[in-house]
Amino acid sequence: MPERVDTVAKSIDTNYMTEAPEHGYLEDPKALPEEDRQRMLGVGVDTGETQRSGTFLQMDHSVVHCGVRQEGLEVMGIAEALAGYPWLKGYLWSALKAGEDEFTGYAETRAKNGYFIRALPGVKAVYPVQACLYLARERLAQCIHNIVIVEEGAELHIISGCTSARHVVSGLHLGVSEFYVKKGGHLTFTMIHNWAEEMEVRPRTAIVVDEGGVFLSNYICLSPVRLLQTNPIAYLRGKGAVARFNTVLVAPPGSFMDVGSRVFLAAERTRAELIARTVTTGGKIINRGLLVGEKPGVKAHLECRGLLLASEGYIRAIPELEARVAGAELSHEAAVGKIAPEEIEYLMARGLDEDEATATIVRGFLNVRIEGLPKELEQQIDRALAVSKVSTM
Amino acid sequence: MLEVSDLSVAIGDKTILHDINLTIGPGKIHVLFGPNGSGKSTLLGALIGFRRYRVLKGSIRFKGQEIVDLPVHERARLGIGLAFQRPPTIRGLTMRQMLAICARDGVNAEELAAYLRFEGFLDREVNVGFSGGELKRSELLQLLAQDPELVLLDEPESGVDLENIALVGRAINHLLGREVGAPRGKSPRQARQERMKAGLIITHTGYILDYVNADVGHVLYEGRISCSGNPRELLRCIQKLGYGACVQCTF
Repeated sequence: MPERVDTVAKSIDTNYMTEAPEHGYLEDPKALPEEDRQRMLGVGVDTGETQRSGTFLQMDHSVVHCGVRQEGLEVMGIAEALAGYPWLKGYLWSALKAGEDEFTGYAETRAKNGYFIRALPGVKAVYPVQACLYLARERLAQCIHNIVIVEEGAELHIISGCTSARHVVSGLHLGVSEFYVKKGGHLTFTMIHNWAEEMEVRPRTAIVVDEGGVFLSNYICLSPVRLLQTNPIAYLRGKGAVARFNTVLVAPPGSFMDVGSRVFLAAERTRAELIARTVTTGGKIINRGLLVGEKPGVKAHLECRGLLLASEGYIRAIPELEARVAGAELSHEAAVGKIAPEEIEYLMARGLDEDEATATIVRGFLNVRIEGLPKELEQQIDRALAVSKVSTM
Repeated sequence: MLEVSDLSVAIGDKTILHDINLTIGPGKIHVLFGPNGSGKSTLLGALIGFRRYRVLKGSIRFKGQEIVDLPVHERARLGIGLAFQRPPTIRGLTMRQMLAICARDGVNAEELAAYLRFEGFLDREVNVGFSGGELKRSELLQLLAQDPELVLLDEPESGVDLENIALVGRAINHLLGREVGAPRGKSPRQARQERMKAGLIITHTGYILDYVNADVGHVLYEGRISCSGNPRELLRCIQKLGYGACVQCTF
């Protein structure tokens, strides 16, 4: 009998701590301890703020820094934003339903902070805005609610880095995120995760894209995590709206990643592309993808590719296509397997040894050309591959 | 340069090559004719050391060194280069990066690519979506960057259109230091004497002989080298009588 694929626990573990000490606000994020700054840099968050248009830092439940460096952008804690903008309530639990699952239900009553990031109409952010959600307390349940609004004709790139302090071993990160891309708006959202090995991570994300709007998501997780489960959902509700999800996962031994993305093509001429590259070096990966075509003439493609680099673990690709009308053009491509020995020998014939050849192929495989990705992250990809001793079996 | 003695090679349990003896001296170009399935690609695969070709007996000496037990990359680093007949694709790796791998210590990718009219491909992924002829040019370009002393070419002209076959021929001559016209400051005779690079070219059709001046030809038939001699004479014989009849003289 084949091994049964694991099912993910659907309920909240009550052993997590809910309270954490307050962390004081810092005018200058460089005032953070060097060790924390390095951890943040590892997920693309530069406390030196080089080439960043704004910054949001949250440690446990406390907002420790937020600020912008460009007119027309707003970055603040969600509590502060709700207090200042009464209209913002209308965006809360609008894209995402609080009752969708137990985790959103938990977040509805227990979320502490999170970010509010907004680009005003027509404003084009020169550099990315960075947000870091940092876990410093062992066994804490960090539960946050984020809202991003890209107003009409605005352009924004957010780098959201989630990580934990070096001493943290376990904890829960539950992030509810609702993104709104208005008419002609453009949002690139790059999320990089680097958690402690025993962490449980449950992002819950929904995106609403209006006419002519574009949403690009890059999600990267290369380091061990006990359980990562997320399946963001994009609603393309305006004509000609576009969504693209790039997902890059490396699952070391002991990790379980159940990661997908879903797009509802609910208006004419909407388009979507889901591209996932997954590698297991011993961990377990479920890679989901769902495209739902609700209008004739919509077009979407989904691609899951997985590489097995160890004899343990597995990759299970679950691509789903649902056409609700004739004339919805949906396609998928899924391939899971080992590296072809011919590819390794090809590179060896050019002078690389077997390990170098394997690493070169894996790096190429994971290269989904993410624009604006910091150099440190490219190096991190290399390190992740170097640490997880890749073999070809 | 290369000395193959009594080499027998199997794929799985099936013996493909029997008692191959072949010596290629410095500066010499040998061609290997043979029908489909005669073992030509197996011989090149065994010379470079691919795992699926199991050496049952015999020896392969390169520059005096026994290499039969060396892994592929060590043979490549010693100076053996292979142009694949059907190379795999490497996703996410650009031709430019591949050329840097081949050259090991820096390479002017643009200059090399211009030689093969391949500049437009440098930032494309290795072999992804290339046509038959483009694959051959990609292979030759990689070998130009690698600059091996012994060049193994597996059907370099197959799939290449008429317009590009002269280009491919010119690149092969360049690779083997056989370009028309002696380098500056040297007489043609001196240049010929200083030629060191050797080649072994598999050809199915023989078209490449119109562009590359080979020194010795061999016919591989049912896993055995059954004829050796002047490559053009061998080709004429094969064209006139077919492989079956051509090899009668030695069987």
